[in-house]
Amino acid sequence: MVTLTLDCLSAHYGRSQILSEITTPTFAGGQIVSLLGPNAAGKSTLFRRILGLLKGSGEVRIEGATSERPVAYMPQETGSTAVLTVYESVLLARMQGRSLKVQPDDLHEVDRSLEDLGIASLGERDISDLSGGQRQLVSAAQALVQAPEILLLDEPTSALDLHRQINLLDILRRLAREREMLIIASLHDIGHALRFTDQAMVLENGQLVACGTTEQVVTPALLRQVFQVDARIEPCSRGRPQLIVEAAV
Amino acid sequence: MSSDTAVSTNANTPREGAFYRALVIRRQLILAALTMALCLSLCVDLALGPARYGLGEVVTALFMPDNVSQSVRVVLWEIRMPVALMALVVGASLSIAGAQMQTILSNPLASPFTLGISAGASFGAALALAFGVSLVPAAVDYIIPINAFVMAMLTAGAIHLLSMRRGVTIETIVLLGIAMVFIFNSLMALIQFFASQQAVSAVVFWTMGSLTKATWPKLWIAVGVLAVILPLLARRGWALTAMRLGDAKAESLGVNPRALRLEVLVLVSLLAAISVAFVGTIGFIGLVGPHIARLLLGEDQRFFLPGSALCGALILSVGSVLSKIILPGTIIPIGIITSLVGIPFFLFLVLNHKKASW
Ligand SMILES: Nc1ncnc2c1ncn2[C@@H]1O[C@H](COP(=O)(O)OP(=O)(O)OP(=O)(O)O)[C@@H](O)[C@H]1O
Ligand SMILES: [Mg+2]
Repeated sequence: MVTLTLDCLSAHYGRSQILSEITTPTFAGGQIVSLLGPNAAGKSTLFRRILGLLKGSGEVRIEGATSERPVAYMPQETGSTAVLTVYESVLLARMQGRSLKVQPDDLHEVDRSLEDLGIASLGERDISDLSGGQRQLVSAAQALVQAPEILLLDEPTSALDLHRQINLLDILRRLAREREMLIIASLHDIGHALRFTDQAMVLENGQLVACGTTEQVVTPALLRQVFQVDARIEPCSRGRPQLIVEAAV
Repeated sequence: MSSDTAVSTNANTPREGAFYRALVIRRQLILAALTMALCLSLCVDLALGPARYGLGEVVTALFMPDNVSQSVRVVLWEIRMPVALMALVVGASLSIAGAQMQTILSNPLASPFTLGISAGASFGAALALAFGVSLVPAAVDYIIPINAFVMAMLTAGAIHLLSMRRGVTIETIVLLGIAMVFIFNSLMALIQFFASQQAVSAVVFWTMGSLTKATWPKLWIAVGVLAVILPLLARRGWALTAMRLGDAKAESLGVNPRALRLEVLVLVSLLAAISVAFVGTIGFIGLVGPHIARLLLGEDQRFFLPGSALCGALILSVGSVLSKIILPGTIIPIGIITSLVGIPFFLFLVLNHKKASW
């Protein structure tokens, strides 16, 4: 099973240091981890650093991976004017670094990722005329189609309606368990993090301020300190922890 | 999401890539049709000229040269063939150059023209035509094309160097190109101001673009460059397609956009420079060829790249035919034809197309 450990990780854009010495415990496949933090905290930067798109000191340790490129990443911004169908755009995400010849295997993987995300019916559509939410799901499919062992998702639910937010996170959790995949998703909805993620990492100003099981990490004190909101966490009538926000402070 | 799923099961969406397989077959058919149209246009192009031959005679001369008279053979093989084939090679080269510039710069207006490569070439040619200046020592026959080539590559090199600087975005690269166009246009005006009447008309004629100076050696050079560069571009097919999803997405898929952009810029500059050097500035192929290919085939490079080459070659070949038949007895410079006939045709296609093409 794949594991990921961040060891003293730093990153900078030009001269400005964005991430400083992020060290985490080891995350193992089969789990879904939320990456929390206010705007500009460095969440996207951390993803790019893990992927190796940014340089910096420290180490990203990936162990037990069976494939050559175990990490797939869905970036935050989507949208393109390319004249491609959804199906082609997902296929092309899979074919990077492979030969020009498409194998039946590849088509199978494209079909599977579209079906997993419930967007098989969008296959023939042009990507340029999708709605924002559809685009986001296609973007997720482009990451999933690479059959990753570690999947990094930057705000995968930000453009989705409530139903699709819940549905996507449900699917992701199921896929994480079934395929022993480690999923790290940045989320702005703390309620979703509480409900769907096993562990949480909280970033503030490029520093890791908390990391552990989601229930331990997300506390009223942390919400007040990091997100500047007065909030309570109480079990609902079914016993699930719920976030109740009183006010911004 | 459940609604999407419901739709897909109701409509009984074909599974296991059936839709995609059909798409691929349709595209292969389009590529085959373009190839056939190209062959036809080539034959017609060969048949036309001051001496009139029938299509049958032309085909015989092509495949069984021993069965036709000496004069037919010489006219077809030594005079018309290099010109007709040059139209194909230059059309394909310019169109590929335009296609990849549009791809890497994410700009539908990018072409060898907008990046100043053609303007640079014109300036180099004008130096030779007006003042006999040779930028590098060369055989008399080749001073003009070599001057044009050197200036085109210098222009591309300048853009290349500037675009490697930190913080230069793709929009900046396009701006740099446009700045180049204006600089060279002013320099051309300056040359024309100082040059003799005769030289000015030579310069003007050169900038109109003409295939008639094509010879077998020039043709082989152009073919050689195309044959080397095409596979190098094809090798990058998936990465180039990914570039159209935006830099962030391309990066997330393991493509290095900056490195790829510079690599491709070098390759297509070479293609464009060679073409312009041999035939002068032929308008709009580099812009229109890729757009037609995109309308027909989409932007998956496995189809878009050969499609652009075929469309460019076809447009220039048809242009060559038209340049001979519009005013019988006169060959109108091909650059004029491609602009005058190509652009309205192109606008017709774009405006009548149901879907957005960019
Ligand atoms: N390309 C860049 N060049 C310079 N600075 C950058 C760049 N990208 C991001 N930054 C800076 O890095 C910091 C962290 O940005 P990042 O995108 O990682 O935040 P984030 O946590 O993902 O925020 P959000 O929730 O808004 O997506 C910000 O201060 C931002 O201004
Ligand atoms: Mg972000």
